[in-house]
Amino acid sequence: MISKDEILHVAKLANLKLQDDEVDDFVSQLGKIVNMEDNLASVDTTGVEPTYNMGDTQTVFREDKGIHTQTREQMLENVPETDNNLIKVPTIVDKEDDE
Amino acid sequence: MDYMKETIDSLHKKLSDKELTAEELTKQTLTEINAKEDKLNTFITVNDKAVDDAKKIDADGIKGPLSGIPIAIKDNIVTNGIKTTAASKILYNFMPVYNATVMDKLDKAGAIDIGKTNLDEFAMGSSTETSHFGTSVNPWDFSRVPGGSSGGSAAAVASGQVVAALGTDTGGSIRQPAAFNGIFGIKPTYGRVSRWGVIAFASSLDQVGVMTKRVEDSASVLSVIAGHDDHDATSSEKEVPDYRANLNKDMTGVKIAVPKEFWQEGTHQDVLDNINKALESYKKMGATVEEVSLPTLKHAVEVYYVLASSEASSNLQRYDGVRYGYRAKDVKNINDLFVNSRSEGFGSEVKRRIMLGTFALSAGAYDAYFKKAAEVRTIFIKEMTNVLKDYDLIMGPSTTTPAFKIGEKVDDPLAMYMNDILTIPANLAGLPAASVPAGLAEGLPVGLQIIGKPFAEQSVLNAAFALQEENKFYEQIPTALKGED
Repeated sequence: MISKDEILHVAKLANLKLQDDEVDDFVSQLGKIVNMEDNLASVDTTGVEPTYNMGDTQTVFREDKGIHTQTREQMLENVPETDNNLIKVPTIVDKEDDE
Repeated sequence: MDYMKETIDSLHKKLSDKELTAEELTKQTLTEINAKEDKLNTFITVNDKAVDDAKKIDADGIKGPLSGIPIAIKDNIVTNGIKTTAASKILYNFMPVYNATVMDKLDKAGAIDIGKTNLDEFAMGSSTETSHFGTSVNPWDFSRVPGGSSGGSAAAVASGQVVAALGTDTGGSIRQPAAFNGIFGIKPTYGRVSRWGVIAFASSLDQVGVMTKRVEDSASVLSVIAGHDDHDATSSEKEVPDYRANLNKDMTGVKIAVPKEFWQEGTHQDVLDNINKALESYKKMGATVEEVSLPTLKHAVEVYYVLASSEASSNLQRYDGVRYGYRAKDVKNINDLFVNSRSEGFGSEVKRRIMLGTFALSAGAYDAYFKKAAEVRTIFIKEMTNVLKDYDLIMGPSTTTPAFKIGEKVDDPLAMYMNDILTIPANLAGLPAASVPAGLAEGLPVGLQIIGKPFAEQSVLNAAFALQEENKFYEQIPTALKGED
């Protein structure tokens, strides 16, 4: 089971805003998925190390040297709004109180 | 161009002998794509510069085996100057300014990027139904899904739009659609192919692979795209063999393990009949087939959905509407920009995975879900590794059923997730695995899955080649395409 409050909390952590019907769907669907995941508890993992990543190389060393890839102009090509060769975003300090 | 009959080798010969130019081949491929696109919806973007690229190849002269060969690319692999969307609204207008390493390697080999194929949004799905650009359909039955997430690539190959396509495989996204479309598909060992420039879903599971009608064509492409890359620290330094030159169908003395659990996970009888028949063929070729057990397989889906979703929730944090992709309108502050861009830009399956992953990583749930799943993964890897100490290959069905109907499972996430149970093991353990056509069940293709030891892609390819030469499935024309021409 997963509660409506938990869903809203997780959505906030994930920077997602859910519509009311989406919240209800997630309570039911994620509830079922989490119930399935609870089966994991039945596996005895005492003394077992977790596997968080794969690959046959442990540590890779390289010279600390800059490599030129894209130009500033190229990197700005996909930016939705630019101003003076800079990325433009809405106000970072919330001005609602001043309005 | 009849891609139902041609192979990379036969096309290379025609190009080398100047019976055909790369420009002609590319134009014919575009004609083939356009003729079938209304029906199949396999491409998100067709490369409008492909003919120019082919002219350059003709001017430089045909060199290696892929020189002048048009290849389709799954649209979660970034291509310099060709729109790359991951089938998501949040990247609907994204124009990469660099190439994925696999694209640089294909370019260098002279292959032509003919266009970008459809997939489930961010490769999260088993049917292409979660694509922002609509569902692709199965050329064997237009009312059925082509599988996913590399469904566009699979259907493009099966329908003869292209001879080869790149896919990616995180939990079966190459092998399941290959099985559903009656083609060959291989997911190499984790680390065999660079992931640089592949739009990240779950970084400990993702791997790029190849989809073709014929095994020998995948062997040719794999040798080109594999190898170490300074941009991907998890890519292996192991030397890349010439898989095509080393291809042989000798199965004498090859030890095949068959996990009994693969026969018990609700797999349809008509699927199993085809797999049993394939195993009989291998015995006749001199291989031994023995039953083994993978007791932790019953937890594989649980492990996979916690780990893949957790990694996805982290990887997809970068989509915030600031530097690229979809940006929400009418926002008052930066936080609304992040939240609204993500909420409007992601589809419902992607949100579901982000929510599940964020939950599994959150304080209070981390130990019981994320850490626990990572521990059970260790146990499962050990089971697979132990089997492969005594055997050369693990075999079983690639999927529990043939292609299902469009709309059949899209509203039932759990049923959709369980669909992946037979393909997930190779991703969790990082092993090379392929699906090769085994036969038809009620007119729909069935795939045999072949899993090998780490970096034993050659053994996997050889076994697939042996079955292909036995059943010659590639001669079959997908049912729904008959009478279309």
